[in-house]
Amino acid sequence: MNGSDETLLDDVDETVRVRFIVNGRKVACEVAPRETLVDCLRNALELTGTHAGCEMGACGACLVQLDGRAVHACLMFAVQADGAKIDTIEGLTESGAIADLQAEFHRRNALQCGFCTPGMLVNAHELLTQIARPSREEIRDALSGNYCRCTGYEAIIDAIDAVAKARSEEGGAT
Amino acid sequence: MSAPLTSLDRPNSYIGRSVPRPNAKRLLAGRGRYISDIRLPRMLYAAFLRSPYAHAKIVAINVEQAGALEGVHLVAVGADLAKICTPWIGTLDHFKGMTSAPQLPLPLDRVVWAGQAVVAVVADSRAIAEDALELIEIDYEELPLVVDIDGARDPGGPLVNPDSVNNVCFRSQLDSGAVDEAFAHAAHVVEEELSFGRHTAVTLEPRAIVADYDPAVGALTVHHATQTPYQFQDLYSRHYGIPEARVRVIATDIGGSFGMKLHVYHEDMAVVGLSILLGRPVKYVADRIESFVSDIHARDHRVHARMALDAKGEILAMDVVDLTAIGAFSTYPRTSVVEGNQVIRLMGAPYRFKNYRAALEVIFQNKVQTSQYRAVGHPIACAVTERLVDMAAAKLGLDPFAIRARNVIADDAYPQTSPTGYRFEALSHQVCLKRLHEMMDYDTLRAEQAELRKRGIHRGIGIAAFVEITNPSPAFYGVGGARISSQDGAILSLTPSGEVRCLISVTEQGQGTEAIISQIVADQLGVAQEHVKVITGDTEVTPHGGATWACRGAGIGGETALQATRALKRNILEIAALILQEQPSSLDIIDGEVVDAVTRNQRMPISEIARIAYFRSDTLPPGTQAQLTVSHHFAPQGYPFAFTNGIQGCSLEVDVETGFIKVLKHFIVEDCGRVINPMLVDEQLRGGIVQGLGAALFEECRYSETGQLVNGSLADYLVPMPMEMPDIVIGHVETPTADTELGAKGVGEAGTAAASACVLNAVNDALVPFDATINSIPITPTKVLKALKRF
Ligand code: FES
Ligand code: FES
Repeated sequence: MNGSDETLLDDVDETVRVRFIVNGRKVACEVAPRETLVDCLRNALELTGTHAGCEMGACGACLVQLDGRAVHACLMFAVQADGAKIDTIEGLTESGAIADLQAEFHRRNALQCGFCTPGMLVNAHELLTQIARPSREEIRDALSGNYCRCTGYEAIIDAIDAVAKARSEEGGAT
Repeated sequence: MSAPLTSLDRPNSYIGRSVPRPNAKRLLAGRGRYISDIRLPRMLYAAFLRSPYAHAKIVAINVEQAGALEGVHLVAVGADLAKICTPWIGTLDHFKGMTSAPQLPLPLDRVVWAGQAVVAVVADSRAIAEDALELIEIDYEELPLVVDIDGARDPGGPLVNPDSVNNVCFRSQLDSGAVDEAFAHAAHVVEEELSFGRHTAVTLEPRAIVADYDPAVGALTVHHATQTPYQFQDLYSRHYGIPEARVRVIATDIGGSFGMKLHVYHEDMAVVGLSILLGRPVKYVADRIESFVSDIHARDHRVHARMALDAKGEILAMDVVDLTAIGAFSTYPRTSVVEGNQVIRLMGAPYRFKNYRAALEVIFQNKVQTSQYRAVGHPIACAVTERLVDMAAAKLGLDPFAIRARNVIADDAYPQTSPTGYRFEALSHQVCLKRLHEMMDYDTLRAEQAELRKRGIHRGIGIAAFVEITNPSPAFYGVGGARISSQDGAILSLTPSGEVRCLISVTEQGQGTEAIISQIVADQLGVAQEHVKVITGDTEVTPHGGATWACRGAGIGGETALQATRALKRNILEIAALILQEQPSSLDIIDGEVVDAVTRNQRMPISEIARIAYFRSDTLPPGTQAQLTVSHHFAPQGYPFAFTNGIQGCSLEVDVETGFIKVLKHFIVEDCGRVINPMLVDEQLRGGIVQGLGAALFEECRYSETGQLVNGSLADYLVPMPMEMPDIVIGHVETPTADTELGAKGVGEAGTAAASACVLNAVNDALVPFDATINSIPITPTKVLKALKRF
């Protein structure tokens, strides 16, 4: 190797202070500029519910809500999220926002190893806020960035479908 | 089998009930505790520098700069770990003549596949460790290499292992006799050569390990994302010379495994060594590219097969040659020849014929190892057999259902021994075939197909019958000298407050092991399921056993739990009888209450028995020692395997302009014996089928001529996603095995076993009007267009 790496490495070492509102709570942490949001959530903030399956935006295991929208935490540097409001599976669970989805996934065994599940739930939650009564085709389409090796997907589709129905019946809409 | 097991109407009858998994709630809340989540005090992180060449001599390694980087604790090369770790060899004694070179965590002087780990760095963070990798210099001298099957078999070609005379790992032959005569007298012969690409497990959580060696007490704790903690306890103990009782392997939540997470990987062995060298916890989690280049791959077979039939369409004989290339080594400790061995033994399994001959050749090449992955060998044996059966049907002008109905072993003809040497206790091909025909609404599908064909829409219908190997006995690995258990163990306690704790050796990777074990315990003891806690995956806590592989969780683990529970119940009732001054036989337990066996009147809660036994033993008759913890082991006896069977059907559409295939609907009728939780069985089937469909249509590890894996990312290696997958219709037939009280057989591989065979037959069915055939898997659009001569 050449000797010019020292300055390079110094840059890498430098950390930046970032602040987020994570799951409703203000947090600050020191991150390296190269650190992704998923690493920051999992390591610095110990929120290990957000998973990393591919680190290139292909599998959906790392989905979190950022300012109310589902984003891939592996495709974003932590510094880019400075000032954002982030909700992870832990926060969405505590707030009860996805309690019906979780209950339906549980009832139908729409998970096996559970590694894809937080990302699936975040995506399903997003879908149902966009379209109240998606067709099965639309559900499959919306989940097409969420890889699951265990389930075969059908129970997941069924669960989301059932929640969409239940939610819209409650609201009186169709 | 006693009647109460199936009566779902009595309290606490859980066997046969679709109850949700208690542990799934944690995972849904993001509270899983996967190995990749684990962080220990003083923990360091490992990263590996990998070989860019598929075959090269290591001339020199310079790690000086890397070692000097701030935050780096250790840079280790092959020789450093070879000092403390003994080499391993991936052979089994019962595969006579099998060879494989010794392996070490990191190579000493030669790399044999592109992606092989060469140098390890341990640092304060993974990022620093990766920075250090960039400062390592290795001089390689490239060596000639072999990539494909033909190149590897070329007598004058390069050798993967220069110490051997050729690249043959293993050769085997089966011959039941009179095969040539059968072919000579056959009215019809069909023949095909089929090839199967390499694919890999792609578990969503990559391999992960945290090794924690404590030099003060000479004890090693390994948090390991594995299916088989006991196997690794033994291996770490033997290869690092640590007494077995001082090695603890913990496998908590595992993000998918499918057979991939039970082999010895070089990095995992290295991480244990690195922790020993440093006396600190060391963590390694493969990233996705590392998974693709270092996880085991599977399949990679080329099979030439012939089938002889008489004038009526009855199968007379099969003659098969299977060539398979397994990479540079045979995996340890299960070996890489098990797949080929199962391919040649499962050929023709559903059918009644006498004459069979097979040759297997397993060869080395400069690629990562192949080995056991879900449905080992089944998809290949099934695809070859079922393709030949369909070809024969076409030749004879028979419908695919009709030719199978004519040839499957009759449901009343068991026990049977296959010409390949397998003994079948009781299978149900005839009833499954009939059920599938109804479920698919076959005649309507055929009519619709004919109608659409006229309009240029090309649909195909494919069916494939299968036999699955489950509940393996010691005949699987034990006889070959591998220290892999076929028995399982359970320790069951009534706690002082009257709840039940079950420590069991079968492990959980999402199949629902813990759920079905708690169902069996609750059912057999007569308590509510929520009062049963099941603990798995910790060698220090749970008794030794085979754990979860080859579909043995329900059949062997479940039977272990059943027998342990019956023993605990006897003990509880003995104490209850002393207290109540009754005969134990006149008492029973329902809903946590001891009751009169005849009148069902409540006598006392079992919590009261526990209280008295633990805290007031002074009130029990002199000499009474209450045994409210029982330990029980169970090893399968009788048939060496519990074979299951079933049949799958597929309806798909081929776009003859683009070559794209859309699976419209998939069907399976399956017989896994006693079903403990129908919902979990269905989900195993669906998950398995989707893995099989992935293999059939998308998944292939593609290599360049220089042995580079060219599609090692989730963007390039296609996996089935929700949009491409169909809804899957499931039917059940139950033929319990009489070898156990529970009667359960395995089900995890049934879906994968026949899915690609089904798709292969369906695509070929769709292409009938074009006189085009497909004979390789995966069936990509390019292959379809090539077959149609449009590309
Ligand atoms: S880890 Fe972010 S999409 Fe896979
Ligand atoms: S449940 Fe295992 S990856 Fe989806």
